[in-house]
Amino acid sequence: MPAITIENLTKEFNGLTAVDNISFTIEKGEIFGLLGPNGAGKTTTISMLATILKPTSGKAFVNGFNIINNQDDVRKSIGIVFQDQSLDEELTAYENMDFHGRLYRIPKEIKQKKIHKLLQLVGLEDRKNDLVKTFSGGMRRRLEIARGLLHEPQILFLDEPTLGLDPQTRNHLWKYIQKLNEGKNITIILTTHYMEEADRLCHNMAIIDKGKIIALNKPEKLKEEMGWDIITIESSDNDKLNSSLKSLPWIKNTHKHNNHLTIDLQNSEKHVADIVRLSEKNKIDILSLSIHKPTLEDVFLHFTGKTIREEEASTKDNMRLRRRMWRR
Amino acid sequence: MDIVYAIWLRNIKRYLRSKSRIIGSLGMPLFFLLILGFGLNSVVDIPGMGHNYVGFIIPGIVAMSVLFTSIFSGIQIIWDKQFGFLKETLVAPVSRLEIMIGQTLGGATTAFIQGLIILVLSLFIGANITNLAGFLIAFLFMLLIGLCFTALGIAIASKMDDMHGFQLIMNFVIFPIFGLSGAIFPIDSLPSWLKTVTLLDPLTYGVEGIRYGLLGTSHISPLISGLVLGSITLVMIILGAYLFRKVKV
Repeated sequence: MPAITIENLTKEFNGLTAVDNISFTIEKGEIFGLLGPNGAGKTTTISMLATILKPTSGKAFVNGFNIINNQDDVRKSIGIVFQDQSLDEELTAYENMDFHGRLYRIPKEIKQKKIHKLLQLVGLEDRKNDLVKTFSGGMRRRLEIARGLLHEPQILFLDEPTLGLDPQTRNHLWKYIQKLNEGKNITIILTTHYMEEADRLCHNMAIIDKGKIIALNKPEKLKEEMGWDIITIESSDNDKLNSSLKSLPWIKNTHKHNNHLTIDLQNSEKHVADIVRLSEKNKIDILSLSIHKPTLEDVFLHFTGKTIREEEASTKDNMRLRRRMWRR
Repeated sequence: MDIVYAIWLRNIKRYLRSKSRIIGSLGMPLFFLLILGFGLNSVVDIPGMGHNYVGFIIPGIVAMSVLFTSIFSGIQIIWDKQFGFLKETLVAPVSRLEIMIGQTLGGATTAFIQGLIILVLSLFIGANITNLAGFLIAFLFMLLIGLCFTALGIAIASKMDDMHGFQLIMNFVIFPIFGLSGAIFPIDSLPSWLKTVTLLDPLTYGVEGIRYGLLGTSHISPLISGLVLGSITLVMIILGAYLFRKVKV
């Protein structure tokens, strides 16, 4: 049984379609990424799966339970770390955890032990009796993740887990998320609009734009799918090298620049040796050579026709609108 | 029950921790008690009651204190909405009813404590203890007021998105409820149309009940007061629970 099955899920807010008829499955033990610009429908999708929002139409099963008519079992199976903070700032770290433990009816002795273990894990054990309002953004995130794990969910939703965090904390969190996934075999679904985050963490990912899934695969596959690598060469005789390269069948294209040459090709690792050998045979010295693999940024560009940042600027107003509707 | 307790506990912890809120919300009732009480003491004579004016309004001010604190406690849900904490409770495998009841009991408890503080303070300015049973009757009515208006606060908060409407609530809900309740004037000497209006105000029965407990006299029989306020409280809790069930975050 997959961890999550989504069938034709749709959510409309006053005529605005935030999630548009999406279907996919997430296997157990995966780290699954939902990548897309702000306002693409990531949070709406997660909110429906977490039973906070009712879908307009379609079905979804979380841990085998229907999100519409078996909400309680869904809620017991999942942990969620929201995009916006959801801690009580007037309570201490320990009290926030304790409250959560009570909500999930964890027996007292187990609860106390687990809270200490989890607070240790996220490095907050020494601050456990401090009010949350004295915590930094990174500490709050870590506390929320610890809290989300307290009831040992089989599926953990992380909505933009590293938004607004400094690089160091982000790195720390990534390692931690991987550890959770490998160590405890927790299925993790995270949304992000950071390419490197999806690239580094996810086993599988879906690119979502304007409420639709436009691509779904492993990050490497997505990059492969979009085509070619680029090799940049600087040599003693760029013209000669260029003309001799033309004879090779696996080269897609070459471009001459002022003092270097770029080559578009597939499977660059395999062919780079051939290129070096060819230039040696023609007595051309290679001064420098670099391979550029396509990034998820290129993938996004490929699938949507725009970079994620352009998309962000144009959807900003749209997003605000959606936010407002969200509150209604 | 453990869920109700968890939510109640959170409310109490927050309350005990916010010293400024405790002191701040004592300000207005004390102000009313001292200014109105002593300001009008020498010129007002309440017919049919063997008490001076200060003694007369002490129950009203206690009720006021409970009213204000309880409505604010209920409305606090809006803050929980805005600061995101409500999501944490709504996504847990617990029923909305448990959350609402916990919140109501928490709010009523803090409101009760707040009223108790005023009651104790007023002992220094002329209230005298008649008997223990009277105190218990007063406590019962304070609790009922607390429950009733926390539930009303929750009902209002369930319908509001942010604190922008707060002024509206203050002016068109809280003050009218307080003003029309007979907390600061005897309802018997009102023109009959105005008396009818005061009898529609749930707080009137709370004030009357507390007054009976503390002073031993009241315009409305404590039994009727208890019955009416008890029924309205039940209705408020049902209304609050119904509206809270539909809350979206």
